[in-house]
Amino acid sequence: MTQNPNPIAITVSHLKKTYGNVKAVEDVSFVVNEGEIFGFLGPNGAGKTTTVECITGLRHPDGGTISVLGLDPQVDGEALHPIVGVQLQFSTFPDKLKVLEILDMYQSFYPNPANPEELAQVLGLSEKLGSYYKTLSGGQKQRLSVALALIGQPKIAVLDEMTTGLDPQARLDVWELIERTRDRGTTVVLVSHYMEEAERLCDRVALIDRGHIIALDTPYGLAEKVTGGKQVRFVPSQSFDDGLLRTLPEVKTIEHQGKHVKVVGSGQLVNVVIKTLAWNGVEALDVQTEGATLEDAFVQLTGRHIHEDTKAQST
Amino acid sequence: MNNPKTKTPRLAFGKLLLNESRLALRVPIGLGVGLGLPILLLVILGLIPGTLEPSSDLGGLSYFALLYPILVAVTILAQSINVLPRNLIKYRETGILRRLSVTPVPPSWLLAAQIVINLTIAVVGIILLTAVGVAVFGLEPPRDILGFLLADFLTITSLFSIGLFIAAVVRSDALAQGIGGILFFALLFFGGLWIPRPLMPAVLLNISNWIPLGASVAVMQNAMQGTALSLQPLLVLIGYTVILGYLSVRLFQWE
Repeated sequence: MTQNPNPIAITVSHLKKTYGNVKAVEDVSFVVNEGEIFGFLGPNGAGKTTTVECITGLRHPDGGTISVLGLDPQVDGEALHPIVGVQLQFSTFPDKLKVLEILDMYQSFYPNPANPEELAQVLGLSEKLGSYYKTLSGGQKQRLSVALALIGQPKIAVLDEMTTGLDPQARLDVWELIERTRDRGTTVVLVSHYMEEAERLCDRVALIDRGHIIALDTPYGLAEKVTGGKQVRFVPSQSFDDGLLRTLPEVKTIEHQGKHVKVVGSGQLVNVVIKTLAWNGVEALDVQTEGATLEDAFVQLTGRHIHEDTKAQST
Repeated sequence: MNNPKTKTPRLAFGKLLLNESRLALRVPIGLGVGLGLPILLLVILGLIPGTLEPSSDLGGLSYFALLYPILVAVTILAQSINVLPRNLIKYRETGILRRLSVTPVPPSWLLAAQIVINLTIAVVGIILLTAVGVAVFGLEPPRDILGFLLADFLTITSLFSIGLFIAAVVRSDALAQGIGGILFFALLFFGGLWIPRPLMPAVLLNISNWIPLGASVAVMQNAMQGTALSLQPLLVLIGYTVILGYLSVRLFQWE
């Protein structure tokens, strides 16, 4: 870190964007610091993609102001495009171009590009350099799309659902690459609906739902602040009335997951839950305790899981 | 380090052009219709007995000489109305133009690269048709070479404007394919592929004069025979170029 650890990369104030009658984004404000990984997390249709597309200049906001490295994306596209790398959710390339040909073309667009072969190597695409785009698997196409966002060695990388469709190993590889990219000084803005991804990668996370930022903090801070930070999971020896636990001051949420029950809360949560059940003749078996997660925070803030209504069109 | 202002643009356009050329060769339907088909037709026509003999019914021209300019038009037509708009619409449909719009290279460069490549193929087609016609089948070269080049030039500008207009207003490749197919045969009909212009009834000839391909063939035939170029078909071609060219620029959408 330098003496000035947090110069600002992106400032968004009171952003608004409406499609017809649909308010995709209503009054969203946030600041992204230089060199951090900043995540937007929320269900499909929450307004994540619209927000980042306004940052990259792809969409024109209906209200509010955006400053990206001191530039306005609506006006200064020419100055921003060389230093902002973008990965879009639905982009494809011609079937009959080879991977290296696409990478080589894109590197020629940028003043100081990364080496296409090295980037392909890191992303596990080395063996596919000579293959036509159409022969790539979904995950390989996705990795190529990430590669193209990073090939210009951008100051800011904006990645929209970069690991969708990747198998777990490929996802880990991409996460490592993003961390290394950040370590070289790139600011990363990513959109995700994977809790794990946000928890693992992001320095700060904005939870976004129905066009509003409903919370913004570090992943740990969010989980801690919102839920109290504790959770216990167990299998009850017999069914019981949730009301037994709900009235306890330590308990915030109770959730049945098959035969398991998950209770999120704070304070002496585990002791209190187990004792209360025992007084009522219920034994808690297979008890597991953990810190609360981002997912818990999300459920508590929105009253639903992030993957509910995933069929809605993402905006 | 390299200076981005001087290095990037030219090199990047070269790379775009290179990849678009690769695609033109790897998906050779355009080449087949634009180059292969007219040359094949020319050769078949030349081999049919009697087509090389001048005929008084055709104003003293041979059937071969009459069809040569129409085959030149086929080459231009295939690249401008069938290949170019479909490629551009596909690039828009699949998000390629949108993706480019967040790079330092504007999507208009890809459009320019597509025009350069299809134009090149059309010009190669015209040269090949002329070379084969003259060298193999004894076609008399156009007497008014400049007039013939002018006719080719205006045919190219008017048909490419039509193609760009299609690319500007049609949203789906499937629709563009249908429109392109219908226009291809309709324009060739008015150009005289089935009924040569000298044999057209007056009404039909009148319509043909106002249709780009009819006007093209009229000017080309003028130039072939070395007669004075008539103004009306030239103005028709310029009109289509200017009006549709302007509308395409105004209406083109990158997303």
